[in-house]
Amino acid sequence: MKARAFSYFRAATIDQALDAHARAGEDARFIAGGQSLVPALSLRLQAPRLLIDITHIDELRGVRRDGGYLRIGALTRHCEMLSEPLIAEFAPLLHAAAPFVAHPAIRNRGTFGGSIALADPASEFPAMTLALDAEIEIAGPSGSRRVKADDFFVELFETALQPGELITAIYVPLFKADQRFAFDELARRRGDYALVGCGMLATFTGDRIDDIRISFFSVGNTPMRVKGAELTLIGSSLDAERIAAAQAALEGDLAPPDSDEIPPAMRLHLARVLLGRLLGRLCEGE
Amino acid sequence: MSAPLTSLDRPNSYIGRSVPRPNAKRLLAGRGRYVSDLRLPRMLYAAFLRSPYAHAKIVSINAQQARMLEGVHLVATGADLARICTPWTGTLDHFKGMTSAPQLPLPLDRVVWAGQAVVAVVAESRAIAEDALELIEVDYEDLPVVVDIDGAREAGGPLINPGSANNTCFRSQLDSGPVNEAFAQAAHVVEEEFSFGRHTAVTLEPRAIVADYDPAAGALTVHHATQTPYQFQDLYSRHYKIPEARVRVIATDIGGSFGMKLHVYHEDMAVVGLSILLGRPVKYVADRIESFVSDIHARDHRVRARMALDAKGEILAMDVLDLTAIGAFSTYPRTSVVEGNQVIRLMGAPYRFKNYRATLEVIFQNKVQTSQYRAVGHPIACAVTERLVDMAAAKVGLDPFAIRAQNVIADDAYPQTSPSGYRFEALSHQACLKQLHEMMDHDALRAEQADLRKRGIYRGIGIAAFVEITNPSPAFYGVGGARISSQDGAILSLTPSGEVRCLISVTEQGQGTEAIISQIVADQLGLAQEHVKVITGDTEVTPHGGATWACRGAGIGGETALQAARALKRNILEIAALILQEQPSALDIIDGEVVDAATRNRRMPISEIARIAYFRSDTLPPGTQAQLTVSHHFAPQGYPFAFTNGIQGCSLEVDVETGFIKVLKHFIVEDCGRVINPMLVDEQLRGGIVQGLGAALFEECRYSETGQLVNGSLADYLVPMPMEMPDIVIGHVETPTADTELGAKGVGEAGTAAASACVLNAVNDALTPFGATINSIPITPTKILKALKRF
Repeated sequence: MKARAFSYFRAATIDQALDAHARAGEDARFIAGGQSLVPALSLRLQAPRLLIDITHIDELRGVRRDGGYLRIGALTRHCEMLSEPLIAEFAPLLHAAAPFVAHPAIRNRGTFGGSIALADPASEFPAMTLALDAEIEIAGPSGSRRVKADDFFVELFETALQPGELITAIYVPLFKADQRFAFDELARRRGDYALVGCGMLATFTGDRIDDIRISFFSVGNTPMRVKGAELTLIGSSLDAERIAAAQAALEGDLAPPDSDEIPPAMRLHLARVLLGRLLGRLCEGE
Repeated sequence: MSAPLTSLDRPNSYIGRSVPRPNAKRLLAGRGRYVSDLRLPRMLYAAFLRSPYAHAKIVSINAQQARMLEGVHLVATGADLARICTPWTGTLDHFKGMTSAPQLPLPLDRVVWAGQAVVAVVAESRAIAEDALELIEVDYEDLPVVVDIDGAREAGGPLINPGSANNTCFRSQLDSGPVNEAFAQAAHVVEEEFSFGRHTAVTLEPRAIVADYDPAAGALTVHHATQTPYQFQDLYSRHYKIPEARVRVIATDIGGSFGMKLHVYHEDMAVVGLSILLGRPVKYVADRIESFVSDIHARDHRVRARMALDAKGEILAMDVLDLTAIGAFSTYPRTSVVEGNQVIRLMGAPYRFKNYRATLEVIFQNKVQTSQYRAVGHPIACAVTERLVDMAAAKVGLDPFAIRAQNVIADDAYPQTSPSGYRFEALSHQACLKQLHEMMDHDALRAEQADLRKRGIYRGIGIAAFVEITNPSPAFYGVGGARISSQDGAILSLTPSGEVRCLISVTEQGQGTEAIISQIVADQLGLAQEHVKVITGDTEVTPHGGATWACRGAGIGGETALQAARALKRNILEIAALILQEQPSALDIIDGEVVDAATRNRRMPISEIARIAYFRSDTLPPGTQAQLTVSHHFAPQGYPFAFTNGIQGCSLEVDVETGFIKVLKHFIVEDCGRVINPMLVDEQLRGGIVQGLGAALFEECRYSETGQLVNGSLADYLVPMPMEMPDIVIGHVETPTADTELGAKGVGEAGTAAASACVLNAVNDALTPFGATINSIPITPTKILKALKRF
């Protein structure tokens, strides 16, 4: 299991990285934490001629407040999701999801931007950007733009990123006092990809849900918001009947693909169980 | 500790003492020397092109471009290696009627499983070799694939070996006592069909080999991550026609084996041939994906079994049909039928009944070969027997402990013979059962279970009794014609500074072999353990022996060391007696000093004896020739196997909405005879249990309909990890074997033998309120939710 030979370029700025990519064309790949790319190289599933290392680009680092948003630099490591106080305070859903992302060794190197760019439908963070109504900042040959998470995830491992574009930061609306969140996943072993996972962020007036965004992962080709379930909950207070209605609505929201071990009906069942448990926690005011 | 006291039980004895493994610190410090660490001058690297098809004809191989790639030294096909390597056949004579096709390092014209090595490339680096693989074109012609047991047995279905009548490798039957009559008269009959998924060893260190043929000397040196260097010395010698004395196999540090590293693998045989063809050292280290598709797999059984009982719950008879699918041929040289054979022979082993009938059918299919892996056959026999016992208990209205107490062979009734004809010297089921009941606080667990059920929490408690085969005699392989030794040898020398070097044929793969051998030698010689150096695993240095497998290292290797140490001690005391003008019998050695046996007064250090013998022999009486190196061989006699026994318990919780299982606590009471190092015994038990829990809950090699392994990576093939593993509580009963002075039996497989059975019983216990049952291992959330009809 040895990668094919490739060239390596360490970029010092975003412009350098974009230039290098533009010159190399489709045979180039950006590399940051490398936690998905390096295994793919070793397995020869990918064999780019050029790797552009972006880990030394300072502009991609750091977590700070920016107006009503928390700006999380693309190079923020998964482990920083656990250690960074700003994330715990203003994006607690990410903080809650982080311990479920793989294992410490992977969290020490894997980056937030890399996880979003890869858009693995079984990953925690891409799904959480949906629940958070986050915006993804992208730099490319034709300038910089911001894309809503709702518009970012297109198909299996396919996103709004165009060839040669780079995620520079993720903007997460600041967590507010009238909001509650919940996260959990069902994985057979701690650190594994989940059979089903879910995160949610709700805005309450008293017991009434004014708004809720619920996002699942490991249920299809992309991370998925369940808008049918959200609609059954908005404007109501959480009781057993509402929770059951939301669970029932999942059948219209999700159509899990067949896999060799988990039949679609079972995944849907697990999604309902998980949704019920998380709404229960939300109800308890976690 | 319940063994009767002997000289081995002296207060300062090393035997029975928890001392750390001398090699642990070195390995933890990263100073291990594994095959993959080896870099020999002029060494090249091999990589293999593997078949994408489970069954196909090889029409043509075009390797022209690969041969031209810079850095490539050799591209070899089946035909190239067939010219220098004779074929092998994985059959043994004592398995009457078994068949298997001859094998070669690489196939000539047909592939029989997906992942089979087809072409070898040798290059300056592994990366270049892999580049070359991408340039090789192989034309295949699809052949019908046999992937499941039913398909393999279908009359008129596709045949794996052309020209054979069917896909059967071996059939065997056992029949003792009037089984039909017993079932006819039974008050209760329980019956179930069980399935056991394929799984594999997943050693931390994968298979690894460096073959180094020196054409000038006509000599082959193989650095090989194997449990059994002597077996491979013999095989490389015979199949490559090199005199045995010119074949040296060195087993370096090894990162786990579990039975997986004692079989002949095609790549390993090929690497030896590649080195011969090139006259240069060639290294091959399997990567994880290659390990999944080419290491032996194990289990893969479907068992239909029934048990007859009288009205009071006395077991009257068992009737068993075991179908097992092994791959496209039987593994060499130990075969792929031993597992099935042990399944049908270990059924019902803890119990008194005598009426037993079993049929074993071993079937070929287009998957990688199966063979011996930790606790060969035991988990299947144990799960089937113990689940039937639990089902019977429910039917008769007995508690699981009560029905076992009623049926196990009584501790004072030995010697005894099992329903299948195994002879037991002395086992301790009753003592173990009693101790487990107390250790689990079974009554409290049951009360808690009942309370929690009222709150919708479903806990299960399961127990499983087992018998383990250890210390095998030639009855295991030798009688079948295999050149696999059941004896071991040791060479002990007193060094000039009064230390002892022990060369011994048993080998170390991480279980602590070297630690217990040094304990035994130090104990018997009266030395500090740090003054005993144990050397293993080099056929040019250590004497020929069976090495390490089937739980024989402590029992047979340990006895060899004990006898050798006693012989050296006699020789040392003879010289001491001459110097001190005493009778040897009046002297002893304690803590490196010769002492008066009666008073324990110090007379002289043994380093002084060594100094005189080696450097001042002129001061010894004329005619004295000090013999400070001794050799000793020991072959087990008496019982063909030293059986051990024990019982395990498990407490777990089933989430009936998700199907997830959380093992809360696991228990074992085990009797391996004399315990040499309690810490190592306990860790063997824990490690074995964890492997058994992996089998019970996680591990399965899953195949597609076309015979592709679909989960051949550590992301998809789940092994047990610390977060999911429970605390494991251990108790011991000690019934030493009288066949040896040491009295030790094996322990390495006991944990694995019954852990999955225990979980199976506990899960079924948890599901009782729902009337749902599970009869298949591994027990996945999918199976639980299906049984509960949740989707």
